[in-house]
Amino acid sequence: MATDSQLMEWEVFMQSKPGANYIHAGSVHASDKKMALQNARDTYTRRGEGTSIWVVPSDAIVASNPDDNDMFFDPANDKVYRLPTYYVMPEGAKAI
Amino acid sequence: MTEQDALYKYCLRLGDDALIHSYRLSEWCSNAPILEEDLALTNFALDMIGRAQLLLTYAGQLEGKGRTDDDLAYRRSEREYFNHLLLELPNGDFAHTIARLLFSSVWEYYFFNELQHSRDTTLAAIAAKTVKEVKYHMAHATDWAIRLGDGTEESNHRMQKAIDDLWMYTGELFETDEQTAILRDKNIAADMAMIKAKWRQEIERIIGEATLTMPKDEYMQTGSSTGIHTEYLGHILSEMQYLQRAYPEATW
Repeated sequence: MATDSQLMEWEVFMQSKPGANYIHAGSVHASDKKMALQNARDTYTRRGEGTSIWVVPSDAIVASNPDDNDMFFDPANDKVYRLPTYYVMPEGAKAI
Repeated sequence: MTEQDALYKYCLRLGDDALIHSYRLSEWCSNAPILEEDLALTNFALDMIGRAQLLLTYAGQLEGKGRTDDDLAYRRSEREYFNHLLLELPNGDFAHTIARLLFSSVWEYYFFNELQHSRDTTLAAIAAKTVKEVKYHMAHATDWAIRLGDGTEESNHRMQKAIDDLWMYTGELFETDEQTAILRDKNIAADMAMIKAKWRQEIERIIGEATLTMPKDEYMQTGSSTGIHTEYLGHILSEMQYLQRAYPEATW
């Protein structure tokens, strides 16, 4: 793979409206925090998509390894009692 | 000259500034150093097109001859264009584009801040909208000027050359004449003397932070307030107006 000569990589998270969750929008290149924020603004909010932006250096993100998927995620698959729908609703508890 | 004529010319000049600078920044499309900068510069070009539309539409109304923003953009020759010379110069290298954006956006920031208080309510409203946009252009240009000036030997050298090369085009930004004096008396136009002082102070601060040297005030270029331009504007217009000139009234 060719060396990436386009500065550091940053991940961009955007909030679409106040109070909403920040959602991963994509990534940008930048040499510093300020430039990362401006590049994120220019790349992802040109059509009024956001009200707030987070940028995080890509190498600061710790990702799970796909090889660990068995150990990480499979145990949740066969335990129906972890889901609220497994339980019978008590009579009269309308607000649940 | 009546107040109405003076105001027409005033709006035309501001509209031409936005249109021609927009054209130059658009030339960076697909040519910027990195994709993110490509988007930033063309994004600014789109902000400026919006400003040009508002100002040229209003100029057309003031003129009262039924000319639209498109008529004014596509059917005037270079002697009828009044944009400042600085904005029509070729892009040069990236440092030159940043130096031009720095000089013009700092000017625009203080200028439109003042113009928000114009007695002309349309102009004041356009100014209020524009201030938000140019504040961002200014931040972007300032950061790059400092980054390049205080960067490597090569980037420092190029940034210094860019501000030195363009300095002689900055004097024109603060010129006043009989027309602007009419508008100034009526509290319609902005006070250029005050804007010049603020501009100078801020540019000095940025150039200092960028570890660059302030250029000397020597010969200043002039001419655009009467439609006298550099050799470059004609080439811009011949390309920009080609379709309208070759196929008048063309629609698709």
